[in-house]
Amino acid sequence: MAAWKGLTTNVLSHETAIYENSFPVEGGTYENAGHVSSQIKALLKRMKISKEVVRRAALVTYESEINICSYARSGKIVLRVTPEHVTIEAIDEGQGIVDIELAMQEGYSTATDRIREMGFGAGMGLCNIKNFSDFFRITSEIGKGTHLKMVIRIDKDFDGI
Amino acid sequence: MNLENIVKALNLRVVSGEEKLTAEVLGGYVGDLLSDVMANSKEGDLWITRQIHQNIVAVASLKDHAGIILIQGCKPAADTLDKARKEGVPIMVTDMPGFEVIGRVYNMIATKKGPDPSP
Ligand SMILES: Nc1ncnc2c1ncn2[C@@H]1O[C@H](COP(=O)(O)OP(=O)(O)OP(=O)(O)O)[C@@H](O)[C@H]1O
Ligand SMILES: [Mg+2]
Repeated sequence: MAAWKGLTTNVLSHETAIYENSFPVEGGTYENAGHVSSQIKALLKRMKISKEVVRRAALVTYESEINICSYARSGKIVLRVTPEHVTIEAIDEGQGIVDIELAMQEGYSTATDRIREMGFGAGMGLCNIKNFSDFFRITSEIGKGTHLKMVIRIDKDFDGI
Repeated sequence: MNLENIVKALNLRVVSGEEKLTAEVLGGYVGDLLSDVMANSKEGDLWITRQIHQNIVAVASLKDHAGIILIQGCKPAADTLDKARKEGVPIMVTDMPGFEVIGRVYNMIATKKGPDPSP
């Protein structure tokens, strides 16, 4: 199953990456939750990418990272930066999502009480990711895992959502 | 309006990030749902919440908040405090209920009022 937003991003593969790296995310624990997002935010800041783009990249990374911590066994965040785009992929091994359309609905959550007590489980994460990306695609295979791809355009004139 | 003005006026107890009290407070945001705070709060906001889990530090730092106020006697968890100190995120605690904290902070920010004159 899949859902997406925005145009096809085939063009991206022709752009030369100025940075590319993969960051492991541990599933089933919040002990290091947010760590990859902080790292990526600092990296993008150092690359002198506009505040607005950094802010959006940090948000989509954070929500993806938390979902891996909450719902998957293990996963990784892959960051790729070209002069035109920031691409973030969140790839996990886990239960997968049975009904993507439902999962994408604001307010839908399967979070346990333990997760909710910590302030997660509003059912907003995937909507936020979609809203803050220029391109977004989610695919999932039950029993195997979930793959998110987010692209944010580096537009010097972009003045925010 | 900086954090120190608000700390003094409301008599908040600063438990981390003392070195950042001169930070400018540009606005405020109230919420206990992290995804809501992630999406809707802004840089320079003072975040008022009753969440004490260490994830509040990641959220405040990713969103460049001025600081976090924990209301109604909520105390940060031990790992929250460690992380906030390490990352220099100001956390302030108070026994005041949220309604009162929010009202007073709002008034201070909205009117750009300085600290209450000392007696
Ligand atoms: N990586 C994933 N693997 C398996 N299921 C997932 C994954 N990501 C999301 N889901 C499912 O989709 C639902 C909605 O996810 P979403 O991030 O929008 O909200 P949430 O995590 O429940 O709450 P919030 O993100 O607001 O804290 C989740 O409750 C979960 O059932
Ligand atoms: Mg989520």
